[in-house]
Amino acid sequence: MPTPNRSAEKANCMTKKTIKVDYLARVEGEGGLYIKMKDDAVVDVKLKIFEPPRFFEGFLRGRDFKEASDITARICGICPVAYQMSAVHAMENALGVKVDAPLRELRRLLYCGEWIESHTLHIYLLHAPDFLGYPDAIQMAKDHKEIVERGLKLKKAGNQIVSFLGGREIHPVNVRVGGFYKVFSKRDFEPLIEALKWARDAALNTVRWTAKLPFPKFEQDYEFVALHHPEEYPFNEGRIVSNRGLDIDCSEYEEHFQETHVEHSNALHSHLKERGAYFVGPMARYNLNFDQLSPMAREAALEAGLQKECRNPFKSIIIRSVETLYACDEALRVLESYEKPERPYVPVEPREATGFACTEAPRGILYHHYRLDNQGKILDAKIVPPTSQNQKTIEDDLRKFVPQYIHLSQEELTWQCEQAIRNYDPCISCATHFLKLDIERT
Amino acid sequence: MSEPDLKSLIIGVGNLYRNDDAVGILIVRKLNDMASDRVSIIEQSGEGTSLMNAWKGYDRVCIVDAVSSGSPVGSIHCMDASREPVPSKFFSCSTHNFGVAESIELARTLGQLPRQLLLYGVEGGNFQHGEILSTEVEQAMESVAGEISQYVLST
Repeated sequence: MPTPNRSAEKANCMTKKTIKVDYLARVEGEGGLYIKMKDDAVVDVKLKIFEPPRFFEGFLRGRDFKEASDITARICGICPVAYQMSAVHAMENALGVKVDAPLRELRRLLYCGEWIESHTLHIYLLHAPDFLGYPDAIQMAKDHKEIVERGLKLKKAGNQIVSFLGGREIHPVNVRVGGFYKVFSKRDFEPLIEALKWARDAALNTVRWTAKLPFPKFEQDYEFVALHHPEEYPFNEGRIVSNRGLDIDCSEYEEHFQETHVEHSNALHSHLKERGAYFVGPMARYNLNFDQLSPMAREAALEAGLQKECRNPFKSIIIRSVETLYACDEALRVLESYEKPERPYVPVEPREATGFACTEAPRGILYHHYRLDNQGKILDAKIVPPTSQNQKTIEDDLRKFVPQYIHLSQEELTWQCEQAIRNYDPCISCATHFLKLDIERT
Repeated sequence: MSEPDLKSLIIGVGNLYRNDDAVGILIVRKLNDMASDRVSIIEQSGEGTSLMNAWKGYDRVCIVDAVSSGSPVGSIHCMDASREPVPSKFFSCSTHNFGVAESIELARTLGQLPRQLLLYGVEGGNFQHGEILSTEVEQAMESVAGEISQYVLST
């Protein structure tokens, strides 16, 4: 039923309408949105990413293979662990190194810390205000003080893992090719165990709380892409799979995925060569790895009303909560079975080689590819972060979402569009580091 | 009334690789000699929830960061954030969506602000990638470092 205002617009033959957000709020980095409509049909959608490119791949060239993890960690203050993990795994792939089992477990623990931090920040401070009708978390905290306090304390548990095991909270320094610079005794981790037991309860309550939020009806037929490992929910290892039959090794990534430049974005758009847009991140991981979640996380998801597959991106806030619960549960599993590794790292010798890796950053698969010379100097680097992979899907969502909600006021519709973008927790700072600059000289 | 036992914290916020955004970090590095049992000095990226954790347990906190408010480059801003709200766009030079201004206002709402919170901002002009300060920003550094030192040492 059209509102009186809407009818008035039609009577005045107002057939053109635009939604313009100069600076998107509550996303990492600088981006904007432009939607143009004609006769209630969307004719143009642009997720504009104007944060300047940072050329990380360029200045990795000539650096030593051991430096890549700390250099690329600088790409993002929210997910530095993901960059470190993809870098060290790609180097180990190149140099034929397999890390010892206890070191592998510690890497999972570090990744748990980052997921807890990143997901909790997004759930409580960036995304929840959308569902509850607040412009930001500060206003939300006036009415939901205890909930916001719970979110802050839960995030802190993730920070504690990263700052202890990683050596510092932002841009951790303890990760190296082959393992860690320093490993700890079981006793050293005891304070973390207590914090994580509280965090696991808080995460379970977070799942229950997010399940009650109001969700727009919006289900799409996406191609979900994530890592898959038969025995564990994916962090560091696995094959790249999709719900439409993709099943490849990380080394085959560039045979199937392509990046293209679009004029309105400083981040390259990524697409599957054969099928176009695809979806990475928590919802993709969940849909492709439900059976690998811990029993507690699976049970909480089902109790929250999720099925084994979810296709409503607005419900990503529940899935992030389920993954936060899983990360707390998994961190406790690692810590409770932990024995100090016999050596902090596996020795690594440089050689001429090429290596590939994908790991699961909080926002989805993060691809690294390096080519090394016989001294271990980096000849070429390629990095594809998750936000660039989701750009096209975000624009497609808006194309389909706006016509369904065209009856809303301009202000409400703009808000809903921003919320639809925040479903993906975009990290624009990450996405803009890899633009290739072509200079034509005559 | 003098309060000689106040626990003070000086937080330098910024990014060393974004030209003028480094100024907060560089200022607190000038103050490192002041660190003592009663005065702590730390560097932060400006991620809001980490800031809120950092100042817990301190009575008097001073944060120094680069700002982008449209004032002439090198201008020094100072506000008593324990008494007045921080303009939301004051720290828009940061790419963090939940940064200095947001953390202070959220802490105010939750009753988690330190008793005294002084905020220094140095107006930056260039926040692109690089490691070079604008001349005006460099000139402002000594003055801000001196003022912070006086504030923290005052009783």
